[in-house]
Amino acid sequence: MSPADLLLRDHRNEHLLFAGRLVFALLAMVVLLAVLVWRYFDLQVLRHEDFVTRADRNRIHVRAIPPPRGLIFDRNGVLLADNRPGFTLSVVIERAGDLDALLATLDGLIDLSDAEIERFRQLSARRRPYEAVPLRYNLSEREQSLLAVDEYRLDGVEVSAQLVRHYPHGSVLSHVLGYMGRIDEQELKRLDPDAYRGVYTIGKTGLERFYETDLLGTPGYEYAETNARGRVMRALERIEPVAGQNLRLHLDLRLQEAAYEALGGERGAVVAIDVRNGGVLALASAPGFDPNPFVTGISSADYAALIESPDRPLFDRATRGQYPPGSIIKPIFALAALDSGVVTPATRIYDPGFFRLDNSAHRYRDWKRGGHGWMTVRDAVVESCDVFFYQVGVRLGIDRLHRIATAFGLGVETGVDMPNESAGLMPSREWKRGARGLAWYPGDTVNTSIGQGFVTATPLQLAAAAARIASRGEVRVPRLARTLGQSLVPAAPGGDPITAADTAWDAVIAAMRGVVEDRKGTARAALAAMGPMDYSMAGKTGTAQVVGIKQNERYDAARLAKEQLDHALFIAFAPVEAPRIAVAVIVENGEHGSSTAAPVARLVIDTYMATHAEVAGLE
Amino acid sequence: MSRRDFDHQMRERGAAVYGRRSHWLTLHADPLLALLLAALMTAGLAVLYSAGDSDHGQVRRQLVYMVIGMTLMLITAQIPLRLLQRWAWLPYVAGILLLLAVELIGSDAKGAQRWLALGPVRFQPAELMKIALPLVLTAYLASRPPPPRLGDLAVAAALMSVPLALVLIQPDLGTAVLITTGGFFVLFLAGIAVRFLLAVAAVALAAAPMLWLFVLHDYQKTRILTLLDPESDKLGAGWNIIQSTTAIGSGGWTGKGWLQGTQSQLDFLPEGHTDFIIAVLAEEFGFVAVLGLICLYALIILRGLAISLGASSMFGRLLAGSITLTFFIYVFVNMSMVAGLLPVVGVPLPMVSYGGTSVVTLSIGFGILMAVRSETGRRG
Repeated sequence: MSPADLLLRDHRNEHLLFAGRLVFALLAMVVLLAVLVWRYFDLQVLRHEDFVTRADRNRIHVRAIPPPRGLIFDRNGVLLADNRPGFTLSVVIERAGDLDALLATLDGLIDLSDAEIERFRQLSARRRPYEAVPLRYNLSEREQSLLAVDEYRLDGVEVSAQLVRHYPHGSVLSHVLGYMGRIDEQELKRLDPDAYRGVYTIGKTGLERFYETDLLGTPGYEYAETNARGRVMRALERIEPVAGQNLRLHLDLRLQEAAYEALGGERGAVVAIDVRNGGVLALASAPGFDPNPFVTGISSADYAALIESPDRPLFDRATRGQYPPGSIIKPIFALAALDSGVVTPATRIYDPGFFRLDNSAHRYRDWKRGGHGWMTVRDAVVESCDVFFYQVGVRLGIDRLHRIATAFGLGVETGVDMPNESAGLMPSREWKRGARGLAWYPGDTVNTSIGQGFVTATPLQLAAAAARIASRGEVRVPRLARTLGQSLVPAAPGGDPITAADTAWDAVIAAMRGVVEDRKGTARAALAAMGPMDYSMAGKTGTAQVVGIKQNERYDAARLAKEQLDHALFIAFAPVEAPRIAVAVIVENGEHGSSTAAPVARLVIDTYMATHAEVAGLE
Repeated sequence: MSRRDFDHQMRERGAAVYGRRSHWLTLHADPLLALLLAALMTAGLAVLYSAGDSDHGQVRRQLVYMVIGMTLMLITAQIPLRLLQRWAWLPYVAGILLLLAVELIGSDAKGAQRWLALGPVRFQPAELMKIALPLVLTAYLASRPPPPRLGDLAVAAALMSVPLALVLIQPDLGTAVLITTGGFFVLFLAGIAVRFLLAVAAVALAAAPMLWLFVLHDYQKTRILTLLDPESDKLGAGWNIIQSTTAIGSGGWTGKGWLQGTQSQLDFLPEGHTDFIIAVLAEEFGFVAVLGLICLYALIILRGLAISLGASSMFGRLLAGSITLTFFIYVFVNMSMVAGLLPVVGVPLPMVSYGGTSVVTLSIGFGILMAVRSETGRRG
């Protein structure tokens, strides 16, 4: 081979090698391009629908429009719960730059709490890009102006308006209306997320809670096309929210205020009921509290102060306070005794100042040392003779006592339209065996017959019982709501009326009138001291022991601390001829029903008579 | 058929196809390649208009870059290959010096120093390296008897490592990978023995953990991890991939229409006018257009390979081949990263993404292809 041939062969080899490598590269490229084409085919054709949904979810932003919550009015149309515009501070984190620095700056301006920052961080972990995360609700005007002044250095900070619940009458209605609060984790789990879209608060207590679903309304929606920064480019569709239903109550603010003021700063409760339909005219528990801070988030210091206060302002005494009814129960047992023939109006029982069961040395004392002497049933109610009712109680026996008291609603929830009412307790043999594992002793009957011992009742139950006496046995469920939206709230079925002989009703009601009017009536002096009444009233005083008094001790008010003094109770209804209003009053540690509780009841009834006399015929 | 006959016939056929062959040959231009590039750039401008919020200024600037690019392409096409081979070290050395200058006086962009400002013009010296390195490697290897021996490989490795190191300090992982790939293609086409290839692959595999531990910056690691699970970081690094695949997938067969892509028009798609521009095309014109674009690129690559195969000198073959393969890699890496197949590295879509440096560099590459092609015709 010549050198030229060799060179040529080298040249050819070299060319072949190159061509081979190029072909290999070409094949590799074909494979890679095939992968690429497959990937785009997969994304664009096979998974197309999936990505269309994603793209729409990206661009179409659904903003919930919270519905205006239903307003609450009293019977005369006075606004009790209102919605006011409030201002919320929120942060768009993408625009904030250095978030920690921003939070530090905001802290310097409006004092952020650790809890607020913690909640903010939790919320921001779940946000969409460019979504505003709320940091502080209900900015004060001062905070708003502070933020406005420093706006230039607060990138990403937004202040927006929305409706915030407001209670113009504050503590007077705090327990009845209840309050709104932030939806908490547990509520979040059980609530229908669609029904609460854009809604951040929920009724926590009182009527706000009981009528939550009616007051809430239906959220509206706004579909808008937004860009990646959350800016609305154009509105697509808007579905208006439906406002919650307005609630109009039987409650009369004037009575409520009168009742709250009449308690004069004492701990206690007043309940007033319309005898004719069970409508609750007043439901006051004192002391109250300002519910407004709860709506936007009460500070932990303020909340601790409410919790730790010895007056327990958050406790709704009217529907949840369980007190021994004491002598309040006597007219009920008097009715049972008369109706069953255990006593007649003429039956006389001697009161030596104490009562002793057969075969027992234990003396059940009368509140009046030395006793009342000979007593008829009327005298016993008017003067609140204990020994007479010890006798009546023992003669009737616990089964009949339990039956009649239960018929008047003791030991049974009234069914009022409020959450969490207490049932109180009307003891029976079965109850004692079940709850205490003990047999019923005759002594238990003695204590029960004057409303002591195991018996407890809420002020609401006592008012309902008074209304049942006033209406001669009609059983009506107490009701706060009168109309909801455009429709009347139907009365709840109250159950069978309490049947008793007319003479028995006449005697009991006459005796209760005697409590107010007779010379020896336990309430007469205190009520007469307030001036002449231009209407007739029937009532009954009661005193509930807070501490037990030993056999040979005497109750000495001067030696007892205020919180150990007896509770003062009073029930009343008026006018006697055609009762319209029934009232129950309890003043904690008020000592005597006559001197402290009765005047409160009169102030409330006076107010009712003064304001409702003119429309009496119309209702 | 002798080589001479082949060349002759090629010319005859070319004349039949192009008719006025003398003009094209005088220009040293390859009409087919020019036609394909024109189509590509036209499509690119239309998508750019949509991607850049209908910004006329941006489209006009890109048009200017393209004109500059085409001019440089034609100028480059005039350079005789012998001259190119002799002076191949010049752009390489210049590139090294410019990369050093970037280290010293460059400006920051997203935590990486890449840009160099020369008066009103800002450009990335690393881009220049993408042409300069294959050029110098080709020039060296073409001067050696094939196939490359171990000594040649050592020289080649040294030539590659200097710019690679400088680009990695910037740091610009994408460009580093592309430069390495370009150099590797030269070695591959030069006929490097398969055992060397395997050795290189083994070294690369061994180096990967070291790279991960000592070289890669946190943001680069995030990009790689994000590829594996975009949902892990929806608002951060994963955002780009989620948004780009959403844009592509929602385009369907035929797309949502020009200027109608919600992902791109409402700014959900990041970097829509630069690296992620293929997502805009896919969203607004659909799979059909993606397929069309891939075909266009494939034709350009085939043309490049044909030029390479037909080149009369080793230098021309190697140069044209490696430039074409590098071009393919650009296309493949860009389209793969936007579709979530590869980590997001800064690689623009050739001749479509907005950016002057990329257009100019690629144009010079095509100019070299044309120079190789015109040399083929000249040698009789």
